[in-house]
Amino acid sequence: MLAVRDNRDRAAFARLFAHFAPRVKGMLMRSGMGAAAAEDVVQDVMLAVWHKAHQFDPARAQVSGWVYRIARNRQVDLARKAGRPLPEEVETETPPEADPGAILGLAQEAGELRAALARLTPDQREVISRAYLGDLTHGEIREETGLPLGTIKSRIRLGLERLRHELKDLRRE
Amino acid sequence: MTKIAHHIPDEMLAAYAAGRLPATFEMIVAAHVSMCDACRAALETHEMLGGTLMETAAPAAPLEGDLLERTLAQLDAPVEPDGAARTPPARMGIYPGPVAEALHHGPPRWRAAGGGVRQQILAEDGKSSVRLLYIPGGQAVPDHGHGGTELTMVLQGAFHDETGHFGPGDVEVADESLEHTPIADAGAACICLAATDARLRFRSLLPRLAQPFLRI
Repeated sequence: MLAVRDNRDRAAFARLFAHFAPRVKGMLMRSGMGAAAAEDVVQDVMLAVWHKAHQFDPARAQVSGWVYRIARNRQVDLARKAGRPLPEEVETETPPEADPGAILGLAQEAGELRAALARLTPDQREVISRAYLGDLTHGEIREETGLPLGTIKSRIRLGLERLRHELKDLRRE
Repeated sequence: MTKIAHHIPDEMLAAYAAGRLPATFEMIVAAHVSMCDACRAALETHEMLGGTLMETAAPAAPLEGDLLERTLAQLDAPVEPDGAARTPPARMGIYPGPVAEALHHGPPRWRAAGGGVRQQILAEDGKSSVRLLYIPGGQAVPDHGHGGTELTMVLQGAFHDETGHFGPGDVEVADESLEHTPIADAGAACICLAATDARLRFRSLLPRLAQPFLRI
């Protein structure tokens, strides 16, 4: 990603594309989009990754979370007549000044997040995946799985509580 | 600016990150995050979780045909102003960027809503709406309960009700269980951004009769 940001390296972009494009497409299809429509959005998203690369700050985001945000914003934009209301951007230097300690710290926390996810029960992981990857409301989750809403909510809370415990230092204030 | 004391509930930030929040509430989340570093950090944490799940849990879908080649061919094309790489709008006076955008970057066009209160509806969709409210200093908004959920964010001035005191950037979350009488602090008018996902249920008869006209 930094080669894309700092050197406008097209080969590096192609590698990012190979990694993320099928995953973004998978997420979009999981939330109900057809394959052709999903590929159009994937193209929009990956072009935005190229054009917004100068804003990417590895001390604040992992590439996956940054791509996830761009993909969700685009998906919701297309679903709304007026576009999605977006927060103002934080004013930073472009590209953001490198802060090796903060970059390393975030990478370590991201590793802990992946480990925490791996330690969840399959049920908990599935519920969290639905909440973040599908665009299903709780009511729709109930229809799809036949699980009572209360169980789903408490599972989400249990899963998040466990994640939050692992990640309490991630919320930098 | 005074310190923000009342924040967006965490599950609403998660729902915004995941793209499953009603449109009218998205406006409040985007406006609050524009002003609140703590909620911005929490939102980015949810995005990190979403991104990690996208990388590890979503089944990757193989691409058909030559999407990479077609994308590479467009890298040098001009950026679409409304496209995925669009720049979020900037703040306009007291109005955070997403509100400024909904106002088309001009001043509000206030309409009288009774009792000195003025409003401008920014968006409306069936049971949900988002509007700006202008409440003169010291003025009360009629006692009302809520049929659904109502989020109110202060942009200028302050108000207080049975649950607490709310200043610029603060968000009050009201649901069916809350019946309250917000009163603007004395002094400058209180300007709020208010979003509902159901028609309010006013307690006294006159406002209820007026409801269809005022669309509150």
